[in-house]
Amino acid sequence: MSGVFSPSRAQIKERTLRTDKWWLQPLATFGVLFSFVIYATFRAFEGKYYYAEHLISPFYSPCLSEACVPEAVIGGFNPISAQIFNFPLSPALIILIFPLGFRMTCYYYRKAYYRAFWMSPPACAVAEPHKKYTGETRQPLILQNAHRWFFYAGLIFNIILTYDAILSFKNKEGEWGHMSVGSLVLVFSTAMLWMYSLSCHTCRHTIGGRLKHFSKHPIRYKAWTTISRLNHSHALFAWISLFAVAFADIYVRQVASGAWTNIQIF
Amino acid sequence: MARKVNLRIWRGDSTSGSLQNVEVDANEGEVVLDVIHRVQATQMGDLAVRWNCKAGKCGSCSMEINGKPRLACMTRMSSFEEGEEITVTPLRAFPVIKDLVADVSFNYKKAMEIPAYEHPADLGPGEARMEQIDVERSQEFRKCIECFLCQDTCHVIRDHEENKKSFAGPRFFIRIAELDMHPLDMLKNRKRTAQEEHGLGMCNITKCCTEVCPEHIRITDNAIIPMKERVVDVKYDPARWLGSKIRRREG
Repeated sequence: MSGVFSPSRAQIKERTLRTDKWWLQPLATFGVLFSFVIYATFRAFEGKYYYAEHLISPFYSPCLSEACVPEAVIGGFNPISAQIFNFPLSPALIILIFPLGFRMTCYYYRKAYYRAFWMSPPACAVAEPHKKYTGETRQPLILQNAHRWFFYAGLIFNIILTYDAILSFKNKEGEWGHMSVGSLVLVFSTAMLWMYSLSCHTCRHTIGGRLKHFSKHPIRYKAWTTISRLNHSHALFAWISLFAVAFADIYVRQVASGAWTNIQIF
Repeated sequence: MARKVNLRIWRGDSTSGSLQNVEVDANEGEVVLDVIHRVQATQMGDLAVRWNCKAGKCGSCSMEINGKPRLACMTRMSSFEEGEEITVTPLRAFPVIKDLVADVSFNYKKAMEIPAYEHPADLGPGEARMEQIDVERSQEFRKCIECFLCQDTCHVIRDHEENKKSFAGPRFFIRIAELDMHPLDMLKNRKRTAQEEHGLGMCNITKCCTEVCPEHIRITDNAIIPMKERVVDVKYDPARWLGSKIRRREG
């Protein structure tokens, strides 16, 4: 008998006496994240419908495989073989580790999935089912400390996705100065990814949080206060950017497969 | 206008105990502590309850109300539905002494384990000067009233008694952060000891401590996560480590 059922503690048989719907939030989180994982896995292995008329899916950018359609490759740089051990390797599988790693090690998502998937704990003051707990002190969870490296990689991805969003302002003939619904979708998705990255706790630390004397670094202090304000909404940006990226991929897929028409605004 | 409310109060000690039902009047504007005092005055004369300021500033009346760690003096009766049963128990992360009183001495032991502020050797009394922007982060943590609700809700010790040896808990992580961010504190190894001796790595940042803090201290975002990042600087970031060897880096 351990935890709230330890002999020295108040003898109460219920694992929680909470009367509110404490299970609703972890359940909803589980449903949404699990659905995203299923969809992302399907799309990562699909290996097609990721490029359509200057729109490239964020799941497939940068497209680094020899299997990429030529228009999706930036500057002809596609150094990675289309196959591994005679199995076709989807271009998405090469790069997804970076955005996935950034989200998996994100301080907000850690809260979300530790509660929703691992039930450690499922909700505050609700006893968890595990007999032992070592937190993030051992492998594999000690790797959560690599968050900053995924953050740096995420910034590079954001720059590439910004480039992709700019390219979407071309028309079918490759002329600049045009905009389609797809352009708006990619711009919104990229903007939300930037907000998610910039509001990140690691960004806040790197910009100025690690300083002991703000007064000696007034510019970094200003930047830190701005990032701190964004950081209040980090969870919101985490969710919005997740939905935005998923929708951007769905949009490109539908256009590329011919199911939807990318309406040209001007 | 008074209304009748149904209370379930945990009564007992470390050997046995149970929830006991009681019906009591609640007047407009009252808080849970008022109603418990009425029960004590009219029906359960030997009911043990710890309290002091009745203003949310002393942190004495910490207990669990409908399963949530709360201050009884700051929980309004009007926050409950008409006819809703209200369950009141002692803090469930700590040993019970009697009725609603828990033994929170674990926290005092942990407080003594945190290395104190180390003043610069070259500064005499009255010579220390600090700018407001350098101390405002630490000042947030000084709002702590030591109610220990964050300690109570933290699953690392609430659900795992064996972790109490190696885990200081959120209240003391904000103490460590307060000192590590202090512009004049000279102690060098605070980050390492936070991880290696006080169990910072065991926190999986589920933010329950922040949710229950009656002073609205952003424990996780402003203390625990920044400390985790500082620990990464000294323990898990080879680039930072190399930088510190090549040139002296101090904020």
